[in-house]
Amino acid sequence: MRPITLPLQITVKILFVIHLLSVNFVHAEAKQIINIAYFTQEQKIPPPLSNLDAFIPNKGVLGSELAIDDNNTTGQFTGQKFVLKKFVVPLDGNVVDIFNKEVGNQFSTVVVNLPAELTNKIADLPIAKQKLLFDVATVDDALRNEQCRNNVLHILPNRAMRADALAQYMMKKRWNKWFLVIGATEEDRLFADAIKRAAKRFGIKIVEEKTWEHTYDARRTAQSDVAVFTQVDDDYDVLVVADEQGQFGEYLEYRTWNARPVIGTQGLVATSWHRTHEQWGAVQIQNRFKEQAGRWMEEQDYAAYLAIRAIGEAATRTKSNDVNQLKDYMLSDAFALQGYKGNPLSFRSWDGQLRQPVLLAAPRSLVAVAPIEGFLHPQTELDTLGYDQPESTCKWSK
Amino acid sequence: MMKKNVLGLFLMVVTAGTAQAETVFVTLEKDNALAVVDPIDGKLIKTVEIGQRPRGIAISPDNKFLYVATSDDNTIKIIDAETLKETGKLPSGEDPETFALNPAGDKLYVSNEDDSQVTVIDIKLKKAVKQIKVGVEPEGITVSPDNHWVASASETTNMVHWIDTKTNAIVENTLVDPRPRALNFTADSQQLWVTSEMAGTLMILDTKTKQIIKNIKFEVQGVTSDKIQPVGVIIDKDRKRGYVALGPANRVAVVNAQTFEVEKYLLVGQRVWNLAFSPDQKRLYTTNGTSNDISLIDLETQTVTKSVGVGTYPWGVAVKP
Repeated sequence: MRPITLPLQITVKILFVIHLLSVNFVHAEAKQIINIAYFTQEQKIPPPLSNLDAFIPNKGVLGSELAIDDNNTTGQFTGQKFVLKKFVVPLDGNVVDIFNKEVGNQFSTVVVNLPAELTNKIADLPIAKQKLLFDVATVDDALRNEQCRNNVLHILPNRAMRADALAQYMMKKRWNKWFLVIGATEEDRLFADAIKRAAKRFGIKIVEEKTWEHTYDARRTAQSDVAVFTQVDDDYDVLVVADEQGQFGEYLEYRTWNARPVIGTQGLVATSWHRTHEQWGAVQIQNRFKEQAGRWMEEQDYAAYLAIRAIGEAATRTKSNDVNQLKDYMLSDAFALQGYKGNPLSFRSWDGQLRQPVLLAAPRSLVAVAPIEGFLHPQTELDTLGYDQPESTCKWSK
Repeated sequence: MMKKNVLGLFLMVVTAGTAQAETVFVTLEKDNALAVVDPIDGKLIKTVEIGQRPRGIAISPDNKFLYVATSDDNTIKIIDAETLKETGKLPSGEDPETFALNPAGDKLYVSNEDDSQVTVIDIKLKKAVKQIKVGVEPEGITVSPDNHWVASASETTNMVHWIDTKTNAIVENTLVDPRPRALNFTADSQQLWVTSEMAGTLMILDTKTKQIIKNIKFEVQGVTSDKIQPVGVIIDKDRKRGYVALGPANRVAVVNAQTFEVEKYLLVGQRVWNLAFSPDQKRLYTTNGTSNDISLIDLETQTVTKSVGVGTYPWGVAVKP
């Protein structure tokens, strides 16, 4: 018996040591957790204008999934773990109630994919005061100005940035007489306001302005309606259309009375992301996204990707999961986010808008990237787009 | 007496000229071709078809073979450096862009950007022998001259991964400035120089501690900081000077490798990307992506002597003595 028990004891000892080691190992690997919420509401499917583009119900969320994977690839080397929890409020659900109940106190960083009014509502909740919200959906200038909230950062370029990008390129082409066509919705009016602001800033003349009051049915009337509609007194270089829902803008091209290009919400568009964009490593993320999502990356996907990458970048650099430290770092000069558009991206300290290049894209070709060469700025040429510090009416105290 | 001296000088120049004869190979990303340049005459000799979307290029230590990553063919081609005929293919994985040869020339390390990994290829066996998981979008890669380390930079993770060549495993990671692009060791393997495209910086890492010992921010008068996007970096063998291609700033920075002062910015072609020395390190060649040429720099006088049109989107450069 004896000769057997001894090795057994030794074995037990060895096992014990191994057990201790494994505990130590796990302990060394203990990770700092960074919890991120993604908050959105189901959308009503709009009536189809044509059968070309299917309605995409999950714009944004797939971008957040790619970003969380990228953050965690980094995290495996830094001892940080990023956890993404997604909340989708049903169509008839109460956004405020669900935010209070579900997001509650568990998440200090929240990616918010909601329309402007709801975004403000959420930002004003007492429970959101100590959070940092990343707006990945709105393009409203007002949310960056008089309605700005100091707990919200805006990822997508606002309408003013887009209009300025278009104006810069038109200046370069010397197409500086515009015919502005505005749709019937409130959003169309806001886009038209941004276009007018850009025209004034860059010395472009809006020679005609008309509201589209015709039918939205292309098959029946576009051919004759548009030709008649675009017979205007003053000659113009380009037709600028403000139709954010895409109800009639697509029908204008090739049907105008005179041969003129169409820009704005259709034709040549200003956007933060586009499938034709391949430069600066963009082709890599286009491929990675398509592989994971099975479709092209949309603007909200790109915005959600950037929001979560911004959290990742700040957490890696500060080695922190404290929201105040993350926010301070994001708003500091040291923060530089890689956004596959050449320039490093950063947040404007005066309104929380992400400064970034704006792509000017035709359906199948990338035409230009704004800021266009020659538009200068003492700090960064990116601030030639949108509301620069002296123009901003946002008064947020950090 | 005088005459003899002049003649002697003349002879010397002639001999020096022949001794320096060398060939510069440039991959042309959009022409699917390789440009062959005589840098002494400053002339494009010829352009040969090479495969789809050629980017990274290296020459074997014995100067007999060129390795060219033809990205859209998903392979690295082995090209006879004399005849420029393809002699074989290496299994690089998808969309190869940058890669590095070890000093012995028998192993090749490839960055697989889309798969977040580095593939180790045995050149003799023409086989991938190991895949190493690294950060997101690995790009710049290099092997230390003492063959101890493979350093791989991941652009989106913003890290340099230190891979031990003996075990093919990551030993340490160094967090660096955003979007690290290219990296290179000094000849003594003691330092690793890393460029950050987004921060516009050059970081000097100490190989022993793996820490950043110096961070140099480039500033060029009349160029806004976001145009200064450092890419290619190389250091001369005496560690006197290093050179950094500044991308759309259209300049090459000359960095004193002892004091780390930026001595000079040399104006070259548009979107300067990659760099290579002449074998005697008296000249530097740059690929200029959007002006479709290469710049020839005389390092003794620190001046750009000539630019040679080569074709569309010159990307990588390798030099054969």
